[in-house]
Amino acid sequence: MSDEKWTVTFIVFRKKDEQPVRYDTFTLEVSPNEYVLDAVERIWAFHDRSLVFAHACHHSTCGACGMRVNGVERLTCITPIREVTRNGGTVRVEPLRNFPVVSDLAVDMSRLYQAMDVVHAQAVHPLDAAPLEGDGIRPPRQVPQPEEEGEFLRLADCIECGLCVSACPVAGTDPAYLGPAALAGAQLQSIARNPDLLSVVDCAEGVWRCHSAYECTAVCPSNVQPGWRIMDLRRQVVAQRIKALLGQR
Amino acid sequence: MNEPKKLHSRGVLDWFDPRGRQVGGWGFIINRISAIGLTIYLYLHLVMLGKLAQGPEAFDAFIATAKQPLILFGELLVIIAGLYHGLNGIRIALTSFGVAVRYQRALLIAVVLLTAAGSLFFAIRMLSIH
Ligand code: HEM
Ligand code: SF4
Ligand code: FES
Repeated sequence: MSDEKWTVTFIVFRKKDEQPVRYDTFTLEVSPNEYVLDAVERIWAFHDRSLVFAHACHHSTCGACGMRVNGVERLTCITPIREVTRNGGTVRVEPLRNFPVVSDLAVDMSRLYQAMDVVHAQAVHPLDAAPLEGDGIRPPRQVPQPEEEGEFLRLADCIECGLCVSACPVAGTDPAYLGPAALAGAQLQSIARNPDLLSVVDCAEGVWRCHSAYECTAVCPSNVQPGWRIMDLRRQVVAQRIKALLGQR
Repeated sequence: MNEPKKLHSRGVLDWFDPRGRQVGGWGFIINRISAIGLTIYLYLHLVMLGKLAQGPEAFDAFIATAKQPLILFGELLVIIAGLYHGLNGIRIALTSFGVAVRYQRALLIAVVLLTAAGSLFFAIRMLSIH
């Protein structure tokens, strides 16, 4: 690691209770290889102990440290300062959108957790549900099959960080929208395996609320590809409805 | 239970704010703006057609105003909005059936190029006729 030092000004969103929003400015000497979360922690440790923010793991696993960095949703624990500014530049740090702000940079993500519950999102899913071709992603040509009855399982990629909900342009005007992460959680189970999901996702607050902006897929740090999974879920919904019409259920 | 807290969102404004958004988000914003524009145009169009019912003088007077450059420019905007909205509508319909979702970005670029080509064609025709 180099001992290169940058002077960077952090413009931080502040909000307490019903007080109006204000932005506080902190100029720090940082290494460009440090992460945005490191700088936020340093601001809290040495400049303002009243700054509230959330984090835990520091390695993109817990999903707690999501914020908007220069207007874009990022996991701050893996966002190098070098990537978002330059020496002498600024970094704007704001809480995620489309959730209520608890205090400063910390938001209440209940709507995401509740939606995950509504679709019974699983921590593991069948291996063959994982591959969904995306940018730079090539699913394995052949998904390995177990020799005996049953199927291989794999851990779900979603870390429930909420970046997708924040990036979605319509989640802010519809608090009841299940949102990208939950719909992806439904797609991974598939309606054929879990028919109860049909009524949960085939509604205005489900797959049909999506307006195809693909912002969720663009910001997801865990390659869940929620945008594409929503479209695949629509395909499943339409297929199920057509089957029902033809009386094949 | 506490009362439900207000979402950190600017509501309708966030539909249209392109900052920090990527290609797909811009596609959504332009689609929504063109949709609103077309709906307003449809209303104006029906009002103008109402002129037909007021007899030939009123209609001729209206046609004379309609040849003003500003109105012609407005008509071109309608063509651009119509082309973009219709073509993008096909893109959204396809991806909503799970078709070519992987190529949504490439499809959007094709929509924009076709809209530009179509608009240029109609702009030249409008200029040469009037
Ligand atoms: C050329 C044929 C057309 C096609 C293929 C088409 C297709 C679509 C599609 C797929 C959507 C949904 C977009 C989304 O999910 O965000 C949409 C939205 C809409 N369209 Fe069209 N459309 C057409 C013509 C029109 C016309 C002529 C008007 C108005 C007079 C119009 C007004 C609207 C409005 C107001 C919306 C809602 C916009 C939004 O939710 O953002 N459309 N259209
Ligand atoms: S789908 Fe991606 S962006 Fe959304 S909560 Fe899960 S990991 Fe985060
Ligand atoms: S601190 Fe756990 S994901 Fe960033």
